[in-house]
Amino acid sequence: MENLTSLFTDESTYRLITIVMLSIFLGIELISNVPSVLHTPLMSGANAIHGVVIIGAIIVMGKAAPTDYLALALGFMAVILGTLNVVGGFVVTDRMLEMFSKKKKSA
Amino acid sequence: MSQSLLLLSYLIGSITFILGLRMLSKPESARRGNLIAAAGMTVSILATIFLYINPDSHEHLHNHLWIFGGLVIGTILGTYAARKVKMTAMPEMVSLFNGMGGACAMLISVVEFHGDSAAHMIKMLVIVLGAMIGTVSFVGSMIAWGKLNGRIKDRTIPGAQVINFILFAGIAALAVLVIGGYVSVPAYYFYALLLLAAIYGGLFVMPIGGADMPVVISLLNSFTGVAAAFGGFLYNNPVMLTGGILVGSAGTILTMLMCKAMNRSLKNVLIGSFGGQKAAAAGAPKEKISYKEIPLNDAAVLMAYAQKVMIVPGYGLAVAQAQHTCHQLELLLAEKGVEVYYGIHPVAGRMPGHMNVLLAEANVPYEKLLEMEDANDIMSSINVVLILGANDVVNPAAKDNPASPIYGMPILEVERAEHVIVNKRSMNRGYADIENDLFSRPKTSMLFGDAKSVLQDLIAELKLL
Repeated sequence: MENLTSLFTDESTYRLITIVMLSIFLGIELISNVPSVLHTPLMSGANAIHGVVIIGAIIVMGKAAPTDYLALALGFMAVILGTLNVVGGFVVTDRMLEMFSKKKKSA
Repeated sequence: MSQSLLLLSYLIGSITFILGLRMLSKPESARRGNLIAAAGMTVSILATIFLYINPDSHEHLHNHLWIFGGLVIGTILGTYAARKVKMTAMPEMVSLFNGMGGACAMLISVVEFHGDSAAHMIKMLVIVLGAMIGTVSFVGSMIAWGKLNGRIKDRTIPGAQVINFILFAGIAALAVLVIGGYVSVPAYYFYALLLLAAIYGGLFVMPIGGADMPVVISLLNSFTGVAAAFGGFLYNNPVMLTGGILVGSAGTILTMLMCKAMNRSLKNVLIGSFGGQKAAAAGAPKEKISYKEIPLNDAAVLMAYAQKVMIVPGYGLAVAQAQHTCHQLELLLAEKGVEVYYGIHPVAGRMPGHMNVLLAEANVPYEKLLEMEDANDIMSSINVVLILGANDVVNPAAKDNPASPIYGMPILEVERAEHVIVNKRSMNRGYADIENDLFSRPKTSMLFGDAKSVLQDLIAELKLL
């Protein structure tokens, strides 16, 4: 119980929770009026953004002791997978959107 | 000093994510939005590598060689895959990348679990939830990927709801044991939990039909966002938190919007598409639909001498990869003085917006693509509608049969045009597995065959005229 009440007395946790609440509402606001043409690229773009989990992978990797092979191996995998998510996600989205913009210019 | 620089970089990252999402939701700024978010991501990643200080040891991160090695491998593979993939395979690519993100979140949690298996309750809660959601998202995305490229067939599992409930109870019980520290070797329980979560992720996606995959991928996308946000909690990292939560909430809204475009409730999608109605339909006596076929040259003549032709593309066009051939037909008709439009239903194809992307790839001018409302507005002035492998999105039952499972879904009202030519591979039903009595209406004639070869034949006929 003490752990739970500390959620609100510990300032950094409190700050994180505030960020979460605000981000939830912001996310809803940002997306609420999207033409259906953009659903797929938007989903793909959001997909790339959650690749921010890569930062966690970098931290895991970077603080692993040189002999902690489990952390090194899993962290290395995590960095690769996270990078795939980020880079692949942004490139795929760009390819989808490139077609739209090219069309508009030639029109 | 380096700490404030790091936080500043994270702030830049968060702002670019917000701006990026904002810009991605408008056609004119979408591409820039994507690039801005990518730039912010790069700043955040580099700042983490060089400026992050481990709060426990007060040291900078080391193992730079490993980190950059992973980044380089991931970048090469990711760029290669994303550049090589065909436009028609985009949906499964997105699903695959989403799965990678989920797996990444899972691995982070596994490492953290081993690093501190006696962590206090809240930290353990964050680790377990991150691992769980990451695993569900990873396995679910992989199944969705397999389904979209046809490697995994739709399968309804008998008693799926009971099994899911048991799994869920098992996951909850294990989570309590691990988080509360009630067991002496928490690792066993932790891995059992991951295993159950993996099975749950598989069963979750398994019964959902191929055409509903976009909705599921969007939902799994927001799951991965939440998993990333748990990582943010774990490392007290604001950019992971904002990025993850933004995608979590925006992804949920996007999922709802997609459902709305299809006039389906999320619950309906998740329970396994039209399951309930399918049984009811099977009970009703099946009538043979009568239909008439139209010879190729007749179809060609009909279109060549029409004033206005509307092409309605669907899944069949995507499968046959016929977008370029379709564009050729359009140009040929235009040469003969026919006005050609495309009527685009928002959910035609495999993903919302799929048809726009495909036709754009074939260089069809943007303004030829009419959105559903605009297409319906001019429908009564159209002489010939050519339907290429679309079915449910033109099914009049959505308008006039309240008993139909798709009743209420907005459709392209093609029956208001003068003639309707339907190209399909066979008389098989569409994705929703319901009869389409458009095919038996007097105005309609059928043109069977693969969209690409039919279009090629039509072009050949048109050239002879």
